[in-house]
Formats: sequence, structure tokens, C-alpha cells
Amino acid sequence: MLRCQTAGKTVGFDNISDGHKGGEYQTMSSDKLEVRGAGLSNDALDTFPQYLLLNAKRFADRPAMRHKDFGIWQSWTWLQMHDEIRAFSLGLKKLGLKKGQKIALIGGNRPRLYWTFCAAQALGAVPVPIYSDSIAEEMEYVLEHAETIMAICQDQEQVDKVLSMGDKLKSLKTIIYDENRGMRDYEADNLISFVEVQKLGEELLAANAGEKWIKDINKAKGSDLAVMLYTSGTTGRPKGVMLSNDNMVKTAISANEFDKFDEKEQVVAYLPLAWVGDHVFSYGQAFASGYCVCCPESAETVDEDRREIAPTYFFAPPRVFENLLTAIMVRMDDAGNFKKKMFHYFLDHANKFGEKILNGDNVAFVDRLKYFAGELLVYGPLKNRMGFTNVKVAYTAGEAIGPEIFKFYRSLGLNLKQLYGQTEASVYISAQPDGEIRAETVGRPTPGVEIEIANSGEVMYRSPGVFVGYYKNDKSTKETKTKDGWVHTGDAGFIDDDGHLRIIDRAKDVGKLNDGSLFAPKYIENKLKFFPNVKEAVAFGDGHDFCGVIVNIDLTSVGNWAERNNISYASYQELAAHPQVYEMMEEHIEQVNRDLSQEEMMAGSQIARFLVLHKELDADDGELTRTLKVRRSFISERYAPLIEAIYDGSTQKYVDTEVIFEDGRKGNISATVEIRDVKKFAAATHKEAAE
Amino acid sequence: MSLKTVADIATGEELLHVDDISLSFGGVKAIQDISFDITKGEIRAIIGPNGAGKTSMLNVINGFYHPQVGTITFLGEERRKMRPYMAACQGISRTFQNVALFAGMSTLDNIMAGRSLKMHKNFFWQMFRYGPALNEEIEHRRAVEEIIDFLEIEPIRKTPVGQLPYGLQKRVELGRALAAEPSLLLLDEPMAGMNLEEKEDMSRFIIDVNQQFGTTIALIEHDMGVVMDLADRIVVLDYGKKIADGLPAQVQADQNVIDAYLGVAH
Repeated sequence: MLRCQTAGKTVGFDNISDGHKGGEYQTMSSDKLEVRGAGLSNDALDTFPQYLLLNAKRFADRPAMRHKDFGIWQSWTWLQMHDEIRAFSLGLKKLGLKKGQKIALIGGNRPRLYWTFCAAQALGAVPVPIYSDSIAEEMEYVLEHAETIMAICQDQEQVDKVLSMGDKLKSLKTIIYDENRGMRDYEADNLISFVEVQKLGEELLAANAGEKWIKDINKAKGSDLAVMLYTSGTTGRPKGVMLSNDNMVKTAISANEFDKFDEKEQVVAYLPLAWVGDHVFSYGQAFASGYCVCCPESAETVDEDRREIAPTYFFAPPRVFENLLTAIMVRMDDAGNFKKKMFHYFLDHANKFGEKILNGDNVAFVDRLKYFAGELLVYGPLKNRMGFTNVKVAYTAGEAIGPEIFKFYRSLGLNLKQLYGQTEASVYISAQPDGEIRAETVGRPTPGVEIEIANSGEVMYRSPGVFVGYYKNDKSTKETKTKDGWVHTGDAGFIDDDGHLRIIDRAKDVGKLNDGSLFAPKYIENKLKFFPNVKEAVAFGDGHDFCGVIVNIDLTSVGNWAERNNISYASYQELAAHPQVYEMMEEHIEQVNRDLSQEEMMAGSQIARFLVLHKELDADDGELTRTLKVRRSFISERYAPLIEAIYDGSTQKYVDTEVIFEDGRKGNISATVEIRDVKKFAAATHKEAAE
Repeated sequence: MSLKTVADIATGEELLHVDDISLSFGGVKAIQDISFDITKGEIRAIIGPNGAGKTSMLNVINGFYHPQVGTITFLGEERRKMRPYMAACQGISRTFQNVALFAGMSTLDNIMAGRSLKMHKNFFWQMFRYGPALNEEIEHRRAVEEIIDFLEIEPIRKTPVGQLPYGLQKRVELGRALAAEPSLLLLDEPMAGMNLEEKEDMSRFIIDVNQQFGTTIALIEHDMGVVMDLADRIVVLDYGKKIADGLPAQVQADQNVIDAYLGVAH
């Protein structure tokens, strides 16, 4: 009665039939499949579809992609994936997709969406991935601005969003959907399923369109547009960053060389498709080196799926590492006494010697032995639980990571490194080479990248990955990119004595207090966010007498604390306003002030007053970007009365805020928020060492 | 959803027919002379105030209660009474008003239990999970995974159901009922105690089951909004008697029904 909805996928034993097809293809292809640079893996090709042809030959039987479906990891070899992509690509051609036209991708990490990148590029068309959790209005802007001809949606939810825009999208002709669920009663005639498109492609293939397809792929140039990624942008409308084949391919190749990645790596693809990081790690680098990309079953099962796959290369924003650590600490609090003791004993040991051992420093034999025992009893099982057992290299980027968190993972023996990059650079600007790793820097320029610090303190770079321009926005392009190829990052930073880059804050956010002391909001916020109990913090102070912060508590962590201390609460709002929570936050902030007082440049900007916000900052309300970065200016407008209250000395303030739910409905939250003063510390008089 | 017309239902093939059913417990007359039919492919709602005999009616259909008077015709076969085992074998499965799952077992195992009637290999092979029993299990596991995918409960596949929130438990229970690949699915208050979002989800699943797999559904529900939206036809019971039977619009306009729900001065 229940039928498989995603027909055509291969499960274990079904592979035989596809294998046969592959064999047939191989025999006939020996003279027809022209691969440039075939056999010479070091020979750089120009485009990813060219790499597809190459990989289908050199790694024909190696896994290219996995997807957990029906509780089983279903795999495709490079040859099978090549066949799938070819069928879909020809289908798109039949539907009228031409060189230079745009196709939107809306959805999660599904093999078919990754295939769409390649299938579109094979025709010279430009894929435009869109954040799938955007509300319809944001999506509409991108679809319209990019003039997309087609859109491929993962499921009914996304199709509904696109259909709801109706006639407003003038250029959109066709909507393709991946999952059939709930789609049976849709009668719009511009709707077609992924499988049907592939069928169209197979018809073309039967009519000998395959040779032309390969010829077109080999004709493509490195300077052609490869992909267009819309930056979520902390201010204003998103901008379409145009990246060429050269940008992406060269970046992918040099990144693979930097960390010595080959076809044996495995990664789990779980970050948004529209984010440049995921595009490079889960698509670019995979195609260039031939490694295997694994798509999780659903967003909620990522942790479990990662454990099953045990990736060799892992990438995550600091948030993911923070959440993993919080989850472990919460679980350990509930563990038995013996386990708890053992855990803390060996963590202490790792804290002392783990990093040294990882860096290859001199460590006494006894301590090594003890570390080895810890590996067997604590570190190993911990890494296994988090899915890090086989990780060769893990990166964190996007935000500053807390030194404590960074050190924790490294002391367990996980080779966690920091990376600094942005969409306009095709990710890589700088990264930490093995053996030169410190929590507060983001490493050296990656191969091929030049970095300079402008007089204003802004970091500038030039590299082969530098973007072509913003789509239909010459003004912004000129503002960002100089004539000779230097790009403004918008970040303030400096190169330290070891030649490592250090980032302080967004250049435009760095300001001054009225007494003239330097004020770097992000620097203060990050210090606060490193406390597990603080989810988000927003600091104000530019042009004011003192620094004030708005704090967001972390519900998981504070909630658990409340449970253990018999503090009852009915809602986030009630917990946030609890006097004991306020005391906890006050302690944290005092600690931050103590730290700041030790730093010559920052001592003047200690926090004077704070409040705990009654609601969680949320991307749907526009308070965070889609990549979950704080939009400071928006928040200062939205909560203007609260900020005023911080500076006029009041001890409490009533606010009423409108919130938007994911489905577009609106509601209101109101509360009386308390504002408290915090102790400041005298600035350190003696100059300490740079550390 | 595709709109079924009245004509569709009228000409629909009859799946189940109850005739003049009466059921009493000692002096309490739970059901008195009730007759109605369920045609293939429809969603049939049974509604009524508390104590109207709705759950008793479902229990009669799947053989848990045996009526003193009346007959039940299922798939053309007329019986004095159903037996639960017989009902299950013939394709009637159900969910319960109070969740009745194995709390210590995982979601997967609970749904797998719903397929036990379809497992035919002998005890010996099953005990060792070897040979034909293993192949059989793989086959059933696939069917269960399709249900898990269908109900979107992948993240809780291995969680003991006792730890799950109520709304999810209800979903797992629906999954277990579906695992038997029923031709008639009896749902006893599938949305009781749920919030609006959970109700919307559950309604969507019920419609999907009905339309995608063509499963006939009889459901008891108190939320009138849900019933009017979901049901093709509605039977209304009050104090063990049938007081109305027809399309949602007809039932809504029926004076007897309005009186039963709002009360009437005697």
C-alpha cells in the first residue's frame, strides 16, 4: 500500500542494474567521452562539469554522494551521479534553459539540489541558491532581482512559497520539485517533477544529444559565470555576488592542496546551500578532488547522521561547536559520580597537555601515557559521540570562537582550526596552517591570497577567488572592489608579530565613547557570548558616555541551570526576567569587565549597564541575518526605548514588540524589562605582555 | 484536496455495513438500533456529545465489544459479531483515545509491531534472526521506513516512545495502525489534546493517508472545525441513538444535531 515516493534511488542490492548501465556507458564511451586533462589529476580543469566527466572516468566506482533515506545510507558512485546529472541537465535543456540564464535552488541539503548546480552549469546556465528558510518576501526579491527562468524546490512547502508570489515574478517560467509528497493535487501547468525532467533528458539522450552535451561542457571557459550567491548582508537588501568558474575552481583546488584532501575524504553537507561555505566544501572541493558528500536525513538528525558517517573533514560555525559542548556538559551534569569524576580528571589533564601533544611539542612520557589512557576512557568516546573520530581537519569560521571552546576541542585531539573568509573571496582569505594555531588569530593568508591593512585599519585582500561583481549593482561593486582587484572586507584588523591576521570588529562598527576611548562592540559581545549561558549580546556605546549591553540568555543552558536549582518558569520571558538570572548575568559581565581592564586598548569601554531582553533575537523578525549574525542598527531602532532607558538612568522600562512567525502571521510581546548597573574595574597600570 | 462529489460517494462500493446494532452493559443501553454504512475510499466521521456511544461503536466494528443484536457486514461477509483478531487479519486497524503504545520500545519497534500479522516465518528462524526470517524482516523494515518517512518522524526513530511528547505519540500510533496496511482505519479522537499546529499536521496526514493510499477512514473527533473539513459524510449519535447521517452541510443544518449539542428545553 505504501509506495516509495522517491523512486529511482539505488538501495544496496539494486545497484546491479545501474552498474550494468554504467558498463554499457563505459564501453561506448571510450572513444566518445572526451575529457580534457584526463588522467592527469593535477591538470586544472576550467569548470565543475568538466570535473564531473573526469571523475566519472577516474573514480567511476568510488562513492560521490550519499543520502540517508528510509533509514539507510543510499549511495551514488561518480559514474551513477554523472548519469543522473546528465539526464537532468538534458531535461533542463529540453525545457529551454540556455547559457547565461538563471535557475533558482530552494531547499535543504539534498543530492538532487547539488546535482542541479552541475546540471545547470553544464549548459552554461547560472544556479542561484536561495536560503530555504527565507520568508516569501525575501525570496521574491532574490527571484525577481536575479531574473530566474526556473526554480527547483525541494518540497511542497517551498513550491507553495514560490506559487504564492504568482504573477509578480515575470521571468519565472518553470517550477521543478524534488519530493512528491503533497504535490498530487497541484494543477499549475508550469510544475514538473525532478524525475519527469530526467525522463525528458533521457529522451534527448536516446536521440544522441549526449555528444553535444559533452562538447558544450568542454567548450565552457573559466571566465564564464559559475554561480550567483546572495549575501545575507547585515544591512539593506541582499546583493548577488557573481562568481566565475575560475574563482570557484581555483579556490577549491588550492584549498584541497592546503589541507591535502583527496578522493578518500568524507564530509557531511548540512549547512545552507546558499552559503558560500557550503558551496565550496560540499560542491566545489568535492568535485575537484572527488571526495564523497553525505546528505543527512533531515535537519534534526544531523548529529546522529554525522556520528554514523564519521566525516574526515568538518566545517561548522562556532555556534555548532558551542551547542555540542553545551549538550555534553548538560549530559555530564546528570551522569553518575564516578563518571563525572573521571570526566573532569581527564579533561583537566587534556587541558594541560592535549594541545601540546597535538602541536607536536615536547611532553613527558608519563603525561603522554596518561593522555593515552584518557583517550581510551574519555576523549575517544566523546569524539565518537560527536562524530569526530575520523576528522583530519575541522574548521570554524563566520564568527569569532570562544578561546575556551576552541581549546576544549583541540585538547581532545581534534584538529580544529580557524578560517577567515567571505562570499566575495569564494570563502578563503586566511586560514591557520597545522602547527601554528592560536585561539585569537585567524591564521595566515591562504595560497594565492595577498592581504593588506588599509590606513583606516580595514583588512583588504586580492586573490584568484575575488568575485566578478555584484549583479546589477555597479555602484556597490565599485565601492567594494578597487580597479586593481583589491577588495574591502569591511572588517578592522591587524597583522600580529607572527604574521597572523587578527580581526577586531566590523570596520564601520568600531567607534568611540564620548571620553575618547575605543569602542569595538563585537569584541565585547564575543567575550560575553563565550559564556554558555549567554546566547547573544548587543553592545552600544559609540557616541555615548559609557557602554551598555542587551543580553539574550541561552534557553538550553539557563533552563537546565534553573531545573537543577528548583527555579520554576513558564516561558522564556519569565526566565529571562528572573532576579537570579539577572545576578548570574551580572557576574558574567563583571568577569568581562575584569578581562577588559587588563587590555590597554579596551579598558575604557567596560560595560556600565545591562538588561536581559525578554525575547530571543530571531532572523524572522529581522534581528539576525539568515546566517544568524546580529543586525545592530536594526536592533537599535527596534528597541530604541530600551537603549534610551539604559542611558537615561532608569531602572526599568516597558516595551511592546511586534513579532513575525515563520508563516507570516504577526503577534505582540510586551514586558517590563529591568536595567542594572555593573561594577567596573580599574585599568591595569602595568603593561602586560602581548598575550 | 480533490473534491469528491456526492455522486462519487453514493455510487461508491460498500466496505462496511452495520445493521440494527444494539449493545448494552447490564442495564445501560450504550447503543440502540444503529445502522449505517461506510463506502470505500471515504472519510466517515462519527460525532456526538460525551457518552453518545461513539467509542463503543468503534469497539463493535473491530470486535472488541460484541453487540447483543444486529449484524456487521464487512467486505460482503455478514457476521453476528467481529473478533479483534479476525478484524485485524481482514484489514481493520485502529488507534486509541488514550495512547496505547509500548512505552519502553522505540518508535521503530512500535511501528514494526504493527506488521506482526504480516510476518509468516516460524518462531525458530525469528528467534535467531537468520535466513528467511532476516529477509522477511528487511522487507518489513523497508515498509516501516516508508511510514516513518511519510509521517516525518525520522528524528525520533530510535527514541523510546515513553519519552515523546503527546502529539508525537499520537503520530507514532497512527504509524503503527498504518503498518498493517489496513483497508479500514479507525481513529478514535486522533487530535484530542493537541495544539493548533499539531492538529493541522495530523489533519494533513489523515488526508494524505486517505488520498495517497486510498485508505477508508472512520474517525471520532470533537473538534467540529476539523470534522467538517475532513469528513465526506458524518454520523451523529446521541444517547446511543443515531440522530443524523449525511454530508457535513446537511448535518450542520440538522435541528436534532443542534439540539443535541446545545441542549433543548424539555
